[in-house]
Amino acid sequence: MSLIHAFFAIVRRDLLLAFRRRAEAANPLFFFVLVVTLFPLAVGAQPNLLQAMAPGVIWVSALLAALLSLDGLFRSDFEDGSLEQLLLSPHPLSVLVLGKVTSHWLVTGLPLLLVAPLLAVFLGLPEQAMPTLWLTLILATPLLSLIGAIGVALTVGLRRGGMILSLLVLPLYIPVLIFASSAVDRAASGLPVTAQINILLAMLLMALVLTPLPTAAALKMSVN
Amino acid sequence: MSFIPAPISRFFHRTASPPHFYALADKLMPWLTALFLLLLIPGLYGGLVMAPADYQQGDSYRIIYIHVPAAWMSLFIYVMMAVMGGIALVWRMKLAEVMLISSAPIGAGFTFVALVTGSLWGKPMWGTWWVWDARLTSELILLFLYLGVTSLYGAIEDKRSAARAVSILALVGVVNIPIIHYSVEWWNTLHQGPTVSKMDKPSIHISMLIPLLLMAVAFKVYYAIAVLQAAKLELIRREPSAQWVKNLLEHKA
Repeated sequence: MSLIHAFFAIVRRDLLLAFRRRAEAANPLFFFVLVVTLFPLAVGAQPNLLQAMAPGVIWVSALLAALLSLDGLFRSDFEDGSLEQLLLSPHPLSVLVLGKVTSHWLVTGLPLLLVAPLLAVFLGLPEQAMPTLWLTLILATPLLSLIGAIGVALTVGLRRGGMILSLLVLPLYIPVLIFASSAVDRAASGLPVTAQINILLAMLLMALVLTPLPTAAALKMSVN
Repeated sequence: MSFIPAPISRFFHRTASPPHFYALADKLMPWLTALFLLLLIPGLYGGLVMAPADYQQGDSYRIIYIHVPAAWMSLFIYVMMAVMGGIALVWRMKLAEVMLISSAPIGAGFTFVALVTGSLWGKPMWGTWWVWDARLTSELILLFLYLGVTSLYGAIEDKRSAARAVSILALVGVVNIPIIHYSVEWWNTLHQGPTVSKMDKPSIHISMLIPLLLMAVAFKVYYAIAVLQAAKLELIRREPSAQWVKNLLEHKA
């Protein structure tokens, strides 16, 4: 089997697995909406305040939703032994890892786009910021999955890795949070956002190339 | 074929074995301690007594003699950890793993000292304990990175794999530090935070600079002392039943 076939075989398998467990796939979405709902309840419902906070609130919630969904990335494969099969395959592990991250993002990251308009309405985000919000979600949620994969790979062997996973991954998420939320913030007040989008794109390309390598190394460590 | 002369590479190979390292660290310790005191005492005396008071800040600027070296060390130690992590991953050198692990709490300590002294200085100068200034924020994130390293090492029971995990994490972290630093800096300039005057004097007077440099070198020597002691303990803890540890304990007893 050629490398590209192996890559797509992994993507297809993971998508199929996710499709069989449809109910689970909706959980990150509910979580995303729920966290956003908490903010008006906590800080008060003044429209001005909510509108000013909207980009930050949406992005912090997206980040937490991505963080919580990370655990499923390698957990079931680690427990049923398919991860060891991946390690034994003749193909470079980093490419297979990229396949797993891709399907994970398609299942947990991409659907966030569906509810983004709803949240924009909840928080009174100006309509002109909607395209930018979508664009940042498209560019930055795969980035979150790629960076998070390193943390999951390091902690997958631990019985209670969840807390440590967030401690490891959240500091690395900070640049993404800064650029994504500032892009939405600027778009809401009608300013150009090319710089932020370019930087997010550059970070995404860099992460696509670089993060599978430490992830693969960490998986080898975790399985041994 | 190697570019490194044979005696040097022989020295490194010998030092990498735990008993030799232990003996060498023991032998170095009095010299390092003497050097540390030799740098620390003139540094402190020069900084706290001899250097003139600042024309604006009075005496409270003197906290930089602790604050600035500690902040430098916090970055230096993280880079050291990444270097050790690279060595540990490529050559599987046990000693590099031990040095990496022993460095993490010391680095976290220096980061904490830098943050605390900074906020102690900020209270009279800026009128507040904490501002979301770019430098403060990235220093705080650095502290989180250190804590991530120590807690990951503590969570994995097999210490060999824990050391590999921590090496990977240190390498990932060191790539991220500049990205985090610049993104935080840009975030701050975008938001127009409270106008903070950092070290914006055109240059620092020579009578203030010399004690500062002395303190910086003293902190480096202190790091060497602390990391060697921690590494010695870690080596014993890792192989309590090794022959050289038994010999050592009998010899001491």
